[in-house]
Amino acid sequence: MTQQEIKDQVQAIFIDITDNPTIVLQDATTSDDIEEWDSLTHIQLVVAIEKHFNVSFTAEEIGGYANVGEMCVGIEQKLM
Amino acid sequence: MNFNQLKKNLKKDYTGLKPIKAALLGDTATQLLAMAIRGQGYEAGLDIEVYETDYDLIYETVINPAEKLYNNNYEYIFIFISTEKLQQAFYKLPLQNRKTFADEQQAYNVNLATIIAQYSKAKIIFFNYAEINDAVFGNFSAKTGFSFLHQIRKLNVLMQELAVEHKNIFIADVLSAVNKAGLTQATSAKWYITSQNVFQLDFLPTVAKLCTDMLLAFIGRFKKCLILDLDNTTWGGIIGDDGIENIEIGDLGIGKAFTALQYWAKELKQRGVLIAICSKNEEDVAKNVFINHPDMVLRLDDISIFVANWSNKGDNIRYIQEVLNIGMDSLVFIDDNPYERELVKTMLPEVTVPELPIDPADYLPYLQSLNLFETVSFTDEDTVRTKQYQEESKRVQLQQSFASVDEYLASLQMEAHIETINKFNLARCAQLTQRSNQFNLTTIRYTEEQLQQFVDDGGVAICISLKDKFGDNGLISLLLIEKNDDIATVNTWIMSCRVLKRGVEELAVNEMVKAATAMGCNTIQGKYLPTAKNAMVKSLYTNMGFTALHENDSALTIATFAPFKTFIQTINN
Repeated sequence: MTQQEIKDQVQAIFIDITDNPTIVLQDATTSDDIEEWDSLTHIQLVVAIEKHFNVSFTAEEIGGYANVGEMCVGIEQKLM
Repeated sequence: MNFNQLKKNLKKDYTGLKPIKAALLGDTATQLLAMAIRGQGYEAGLDIEVYETDYDLIYETVINPAEKLYNNNYEYIFIFISTEKLQQAFYKLPLQNRKTFADEQQAYNVNLATIIAQYSKAKIIFFNYAEINDAVFGNFSAKTGFSFLHQIRKLNVLMQELAVEHKNIFIADVLSAVNKAGLTQATSAKWYITSQNVFQLDFLPTVAKLCTDMLLAFIGRFKKCLILDLDNTTWGGIIGDDGIENIEIGDLGIGKAFTALQYWAKELKQRGVLIAICSKNEEDVAKNVFINHPDMVLRLDDISIFVANWSNKGDNIRYIQEVLNIGMDSLVFIDDNPYERELVKTMLPEVTVPELPIDPADYLPYLQSLNLFETVSFTDEDTVRTKQYQEESKRVQLQQSFASVDEYLASLQMEAHIETINKFNLARCAQLTQRSNQFNLTTIRYTEEQLQQFVDDGGVAICISLKDKFGDNGLISLLLIEKNDDIATVNTWIMSCRVLKRGVEELAVNEMVKAATAMGCNTIQGKYLPTAKNAMVKSLYTNMGFTALHENDSALTIATFAPFKTFIQTINN
């Protein structure tokens, strides 16, 4: 799976969970950029991403990625 | 329903759903659980306002009389103390204090409940505790009071004893739900560490449903009757084709699956759930199994109403509902045949019709997983309910043989006991206010404490029990009357539909007048508060000679009232 494919799928998950179809994720996107992305929604997002890609984030990773780009790299590494 | 779907429910239109005010007090993060409860409420037809108090401040919240918890009249207070937090507290204790940990935590919980009861009439619902073996003592945990597992298990027992003793304390059985899912599916150390959420996201709908199931029962929405199909549901095989010696029950074939289902139905019957049969069969052939098969657990005297014929099941279930005189939405219909299920669902959408698994061995575990028969009370009356309904069907048969209604009523040799609320009937009276939906003029629900309070505050309660030659109907009617200067207001008038049109309505008005006179009133004010279910009593007051004042209010002047003639002999206690 390419970085772009991962990002597209993560974006689809964001749109589904937040019910906001206008979300466009960039590598530099953080929770400050998306209104719906609060700490509670973060839990939903992480669980949904874990299920979708069949990966598991560690406790440290859950709060540790600086932005969407880093998270997608994290997913890619887990898929390798 | 997964959590994401429940959360999406929050954006839906809740108008028309039954409003409920509940509070959730937790010592861990509970926002997601609160969302799940509200979302699950939508599925159950409830508009639950969930008030979440500040995180990990249960005691501080409860102790503050100015709290929103008390000022906003929350009717239900859930208290979710987590095993995780209890474990931390346990570990901080010096060794010598650990053996009394459960007792002390119970005392703390009692204290919480006592404080709440000072400021609020809310029902207090404690979550019980997941039993976590911390692997300090291993299997030896059970053998020493110094282990955490030993203490948490003891606490669960102590809490259920507390609930038995205190009418207003209930237990939400989170422990059983955790056991069923498995601790590793229900909880997650990772999420607890990162977000202070005890439960995994995927487990929250289960916990939320537990809460909404309880709330539904509290407001009187629960199942009262289990309707069973026979062939391949109550026993294996087809009685008309296979014959009594070849159907599968007991040790024959996979008979144990059906026997297990029958035992469950019988347990439900003893708890007060009515069992009805709805089967496409010849009646005598079907009944013969109940009479003569040695392995049958259910017998004819367990069955409130037995319908075996070749008509469509929708019509038959409608007939069962009419005879039993209970709400269509209080029926559960179990049938192995998808065609019959679909037909009933289409004709009678209010009836609960569970899909059944393919394998009869899975019938019972599946049905149990649905928690269809939640209740919030259990009284002596529940244990004899089936008998009362069977007596009622005999009365129906007798009635058909009399020329006039009066002649029939006189033949019943009815006897009514009139008494006020006392410690023997308090539970039943509260249950009547909780269960009755149809013959219920105001649909005000009371707990036992609230009823006692009503009487202590000077209100008058009239409880009517009815007997006749076929048997004892028990306590079947309750009236609550308040004095407002010279007006006696009937705050509550409930009657069991089993005794409709036998003169108990008239008797109640006679008693109402006696009570109002004794209270020094000259007028009785009757109120009717319409609900979706009580249209049958819409005109009751005017039928009883009251004058309609405005829409749902009516009045009776005592001076001009002539007592009704009934065929009921009254005995006042």
